[in-house]
Amino acid sequence: MVSWALHRLAGLGVLVFLLLHIVDIFAVGYGPEAFNDLLFIYRHPIFRAGEVILVAGLYYHALNGIRIILVDFWSKGWKYERQMFYAVVALFLIAFIPTAILMIRPLF
Amino acid sequence: MVQVPTGSGPDQVSAAPRSARRAPIPRVGRERPTGSNFELYSWYFFRVSGLLLILLAITHVVIMHVINTVDEIDYDFVADRWNSPFWRAFDWLMLVLALLHGLNGARIAVDDYVRPRGWRVFAHSVLWSTAIIFLIIGSIAVVTFNPDAAVTAGR
Repeated sequence: MVSWALHRLAGLGVLVFLLLHIVDIFAVGYGPEAFNDLLFIYRHPIFRAGEVILVAGLYYHALNGIRIILVDFWSKGWKYERQMFYAVVALFLIAFIPTAILMIRPLF
Repeated sequence: MVQVPTGSGPDQVSAAPRSARRAPIPRVGRERPTGSNFELYSWYFFRVSGLLLILLAITHVVIMHVINTVDEIDYDFVADRWNSPFWRAFDWLMLVLALLHGLNGARIAVDDYVRPRGWRVFAHSVLWSTAIIFLIIGSIAVVTFNPDAAVTAGR
C-alpha cells in the first residue's frame, strides 16, 4: 500500500515537472535571451530543493517500477513482493544519497 | 469512450475470468487487463516505456543534474547539445515516452478518483488535449531548433 501510494505520488510529481520543462524548453527556439531569462526559476533556492525531491521521486518510481514488472512477468515474483520492496528501499538509498550530495555540492 | 474504472490499488482483484481461476493474490501492480484492447495495450505500454525511460531519464538526470548542475545549463549549453542528432533523437524519444507514460498514469488516477460521469469526461478531455498540445510544442522545440534562426527570433 505504501509502495503503491509513493509510486503514484512520485509519478504525478514527475509529470507536473515534465509539463513545466516542456514549456521552458519551447522557449529555446526564441533565442538566448528568451530562454536564459526563464532560468531564474530553476536557479531559485526553492527550485533547487524541489529538484532534489524530483530526483528522489524519479529514482523511487524507477526502482519500484522494476519491482512491478518483476511481479507481473517473473513467475515467482509475487512471492517476493515484500523482499523486493526492501531491495527497492536499499537501492534507492545507495543511488540517491550520493546523487543528492553531488547535487547540493555548490552549497559547500 | 469512458472506461469502466479498472482500479489500480495494490489489493485490486479483477473479476476477469483469468483471475477467477486462481486464488486471488495481492499484487503491487495492476492485474493485466482483460476485456479491452486499449487497456491491455496501455498496460503493456506502461511497462515497456517504463523500462526504456529508466535508461533515458536516469541518463538525462545524471548528465543534467549531477555531472552538470542548473548553474551551468543555459542557452549555449542546449544549443551545443542539439548540434548532435543523437541527443536530439534521445531527447525526442524521451519526450514522447515520458509524456505518454505520465499522462497514462494520470488517466489511471482519474479513473480511480473522479467518479461523476461529467467530470470524468472533462478530465479525460483535459488529459488527451494536454497530450496532443505538449507533444506538438515539445516536438517543435526539439526537432525545429536552429541556432541561427533562434537568435534572430529573439530580437
